[in-house]
Amino acid sequence: MTDPTMRFTRRDFARFSLAASAAMLGGSRTLRAAPPSGEPIRIGVLHSLSGTMAISETTLKDVILMLVELQNRKGGVLGRPLEAVVVDPASNWPLFAEKARQLLAVDKVSAAFGCWTSVSRKAVLPVFEELDGILFYPVQYEGQECSRNVFYMGAAPNQQAIPAVDYLLSEDGGGAKRFALVGTDYVYPRTTNQILQSYLKQKGIGDADVMVNYTPFGQSDWQTIVSQIKAFGSAGRKTAVVSTINGDANVPFYKELAAQGISATDIPVMAFSVGEEELAGMDTKPLVGQLAAWNYFESIDTPANQAFIREWHGFTKNPKRTTNDPMEAHYIGFNLWVQAVTKAGTTDHDKVIETMVGLKQPNLTGGVAEVLPNHHITKPVYIGEIQEDGQFNVVWQTPREIPGQAWSPFVPETRNLIGDWRAPIRCGNYDTVKKACLGTRHV
Amino acid sequence: MSDRRRRIALLALLGVALAGAPAPSRAQTVDAAPPVAAAADPYAGLTSPHFEAIAAAVGRLGTEGAPQAQAVLRALSAHHLFVAEDGGLYVREGESWTDARTGAPVTSAPAGVRAVRENNRVRGALAQAMAGQALLAGDAAARRDAAARLADHPDPAMLPVVDRALATPHEAGLEAPLRRARAAMLLSPGAPATGEQAQSAAVRVLRDAGGLDARAVLARFAADETAPAEARQAAQSAIVTIDRRIRLWSLAQQVFYGLSLGSVLLLAAMGLAITFGVMGIINMAHGELVMLGAYTTYLTQKTLMAVAPGLAAFSLPLAVPAAFLVCGAAGMLIERGLIRFLYGRPLETLLATWGLSLVLQQAVRSLFGPTNVAVATPGWLAGSFQLGGLTVTLDRFAIMLFAGAVMGAVFLVLRRTALGLQMRAVTQNRRMAALMGIRTARVDALTFGLGSGVAGLAGVAVSQIDNVSPNLGQGYIIDSFLVVVFGGVGNLWGTLAAAMTLGVGGKALEPLVGAVSGKILLLVLVILFIQRHPRGMFPLRGRGVES
Repeated sequence: MTDPTMRFTRRDFARFSLAASAAMLGGSRTLRAAPPSGEPIRIGVLHSLSGTMAISETTLKDVILMLVELQNRKGGVLGRPLEAVVVDPASNWPLFAEKARQLLAVDKVSAAFGCWTSVSRKAVLPVFEELDGILFYPVQYEGQECSRNVFYMGAAPNQQAIPAVDYLLSEDGGGAKRFALVGTDYVYPRTTNQILQSYLKQKGIGDADVMVNYTPFGQSDWQTIVSQIKAFGSAGRKTAVVSTINGDANVPFYKELAAQGISATDIPVMAFSVGEEELAGMDTKPLVGQLAAWNYFESIDTPANQAFIREWHGFTKNPKRTTNDPMEAHYIGFNLWVQAVTKAGTTDHDKVIETMVGLKQPNLTGGVAEVLPNHHITKPVYIGEIQEDGQFNVVWQTPREIPGQAWSPFVPETRNLIGDWRAPIRCGNYDTVKKACLGTRHV
Repeated sequence: MSDRRRRIALLALLGVALAGAPAPSRAQTVDAAPPVAAAADPYAGLTSPHFEAIAAAVGRLGTEGAPQAQAVLRALSAHHLFVAEDGGLYVREGESWTDARTGAPVTSAPAGVRAVRENNRVRGALAQAMAGQALLAGDAAARRDAAARLADHPDPAMLPVVDRALATPHEAGLEAPLRRARAAMLLSPGAPATGEQAQSAAVRVLRDAGGLDARAVLARFAADETAPAEARQAAQSAIVTIDRRIRLWSLAQQVFYGLSLGSVLLLAAMGLAITFGVMGIINMAHGELVMLGAYTTYLTQKTLMAVAPGLAAFSLPLAVPAAFLVCGAAGMLIERGLIRFLYGRPLETLLATWGLSLVLQQAVRSLFGPTNVAVATPGWLAGSFQLGGLTVTLDRFAIMLFAGAVMGAVFLVLRRTALGLQMRAVTQNRRMAALMGIRTARVDALTFGLGSGVAGLAGVAVSQIDNVSPNLGQGYIIDSFLVVVFGGVGNLWGTLAAAMTLGVGGKALEPLVGAVSGKILLLVLVILFIQRHPRGMFPLRGRGVES
C-alpha cells in the first residue's frame, strides 16, 4: 500500500469486482471464460415430469439443466448464454407432439433433448420433420428409423442386443443353448425380439429352443411366467433369459425369480432396460450376477466419468444419486450439439444438421463417439453383472466402439436399407440394391 | 490309474477338509500325492484375468484340494481374496493380510492389489466346490443342502466326493439326495464309463425322484447319441413319467398362483368394498391410499433401521398398525375435508377424488422422489418351500394368510361391534338411524376411515411384491373396482368370491393365451357377466337396496 504506483481508481475497482464476482459465480475451474452475453440460445427439454415415465425421465431433465449450467460457466455457446425451456408432456403420447410443436413454433428452440419411450419418439417425429427441428434422443431403442431431424444417441440393436446375445452364447457367458425372450408388450421389445429371433436362427438355435413371452405394462404378478421359464430351463441345455421388460415391471419380476429360487448361475437374465437407476429401488441381494448390457456403467473407472459423477452429485446436492446410460447419451448429445453450433457459427437448424456428421466427442468411458451419416453414433458395449451394492461389475466389453445401424440386417424387409444424410444420397432409407431412396415413408 | 489318482486326491481333500487341516497332515498329503495340476501351483489360475482360468482353478481346488483350499475358497466367496502385482494371493480380514498360499500373516499390505475377478461362471464353480467341502466336513444341515445342490447341479468331477460321503456313516436323511446326486452325475457328460446297467439304475433313481432338475439331466442324457440305446430309451420313458407327474402338480400350482393373485386383489378391494360397497362413495383415490400404506411400510422400516437395527426383521408386523392408523387418519381427513360436502352427487365425488389422487401422487413424488424406494423383504419371508411337487413362495403365502386375517377382522367389526351395527344402520337408512340417536356424521367419518385403513394394510402387503413408487396405486384401482362390482356391491362375501374367481381365472387363462390376451379375455367375460347380472355375483336384496 506504500507503493505510490499502486493506486486504485474507481474504475479499476469496478473492473476488479466485476471480474471477481464473475469468477466466484463460475467457480475456480472456469476463471478464464468471459461471461456469456446477448440474446440467450434456447434449447428444449421434452421429458415427462409426471405420470408413469417420470420415474426415468425426470433425471434426464436434470442432466440437461446441469449441462446447460456447466456450459454457461464455460462461456455459453457463440458467446451467448444457453437457456433451457422445460416442458412436461406428462407421459402422454399425444401431449408429446403438442409440446414439441410448442417448443419449435413458440419457443423457437435451437435443439430439443427428449423422449424416452419409442412411442413418444414416434409421436413427435412428424412435428420435428414438419418444422425442421433437431431432436437428440438419449435412449437405447429398436432401430428401424432414420430421420434427418433426429440424432440417435442411444444404442441401436446392434450396439446392445446382438452383443449381449453373443455374450450369452459364449463360454464365459455360460454357453446358453436355449433362450427365453421376455418383454413388455410394445414396439421396442417386439422389434428387438424379432431381430433376436432371426439372429439366433442364424446361430443355429432352433425354434423349439426359443420361448417368447409378452406381458402388459406394469405387470406385477410374475408367478406363472417365472414357473414357465423354470420349466423351459429343464430341457437339459443351458438356458438364458433375455429381458426387454420395461420400467416398473422389473422389480416384481426379479423378486419372483428370487422367491422361486432361480439364481443367475442357473438361469442368467440379461436385461436391456435395467440400469443403476432401477436398481436403486430394489433389494439387490438376490439379484447378484444378473446381467445387463449397456454402453455405459457408473462403475467404469475413467477420469471423465469420475468428473461427471462429481458434477452430478454436486448439482443434485445428493451424493447417492446414481448415473446411468441415457444420462451419458445426453452428455454426448449435448456436447456434440455445442460443437456443431460452434463449428457452424450459427444455430440455424439446417446448417447445424449438416455440420453434425463426422463430429467426434469423447464419451465417459474412455472412447470416442463419432456421428455417423445415419445420425447414429459409435458406442462401446459393456456387459455388467449386478453386485450387492447395486452397481454393475463389467465382465465383458467389445474391443472397440461399434457403429450404430439404423436398419437391421436381420429383418428381411430392411436388409438392404441404409441411412446416409450426406450428399449425394441424403436419404434415411436408401435401398442399396435398387439404388433408390424409399422416400419419406417411415417403415 | 485315473481311479487311483482320484482316490488319492480325495484323501488329500479330506485331509484339508478335516478340522482346519493341521500342518503335518497337510505336508503329508501333498508329499504323498502331488496332483498333476497342483504340482505346478494349484492357485495360479486364480491370479488370471480370465474367468475361464479362475473357474477352472476353483474347480480343481474343490475336487483335488490343496493345503489352503478351504480357506481360499471361503475368502473368495466373501470377496476377501486379492491378487498382488507380483502374482501373490492374499486374504484380507479387516485390515490384516495373510498370504493365501501359506496361510502365514503378512506384516505390510501387499502392493498393487486387486480383487480376484468373479462372474457367474466363477460363482457357479465356487458354489460347487463349497458344496463338496460342506458335504465332507459340514454339519447336518449344511451336508443336506450340499447334497441337494450337487444333485441339482451334477458335475461328474464331484463323483468321488459323493462316493466318499456315501461310504462314510451318515444320517438317514442324507441317503436319498446323495443317491440322487450320484445318479445325476453318472448320467452327465464327462462321467466315467460305468456300463449300461449302472446307467439304467441311475435313470430309475432320477425317475423316482422326479422334479425339473432330474428331468433336465434325463433330457440331456436322452439326447446324447454316444450313450447306450437301451439306457436312453429308459431315460426317454422316465421323462414321460416325470412330465405326467409335473403336469398334475402344475394344476395345483396354477390354483395356488390363482389364489395368491386373488388374495392380493382381495386385500386391495376390501377397503373399497367398505367405502364404495357400503357407503356408496366412488373413491378414485383408493389406490393412492394403498400407496400411502406402502410408503408407511418404507418409513417404518427406515426408522427401525436407524433406531434399532436389531429389530429390522420385525418392521413388517410394526408397519401393519402404523399403516392402518396413517391411512385411516388420512381417510377421515379426506371424508371430513372433501367428501362430506359431496354426498349424493356421485359425479362430483368421482371428479374430486380423482383430482385428489393426482394431488397425493405428486405430493409423494415431491417428498420421496419419482423413483422407487426399496422396501427390503425380511429373511423369514424370502424364498420358498416345497409341498410335494408344489413350490410355495413364502411372501405370497404370507399375503394369503394376511388377506384372510384382514377379511376376518373386517367381518367381525361389521357384524359384531356397535360401530359395525351403526355403520350398517346409517348406510341402509340414514334418516331413521339419525332419529335413533346415531351421530351419522361421525359414523360416516369412521366408516371411511376404516375403509382407508384397510387400504393401507393392502399397501403393507403390496410393498413386498411390487414397486413402491408414486404410481403404485394406479395399478390397483381398476382391479379393485372390478372386484367390488363383479362380486356385488355391498357384500363382503361377494368381494371374496369375486377376487378369487378373477385370480384363479386370470391365472388359468395366462398359460393358455398369454398374459396380455388373458387380461383382455377376462375383462370381456366380466363385462358379459355384468350385462346379465348387473348387481354382480351376490347382489344385495331387500327394501333398502333401491334407495
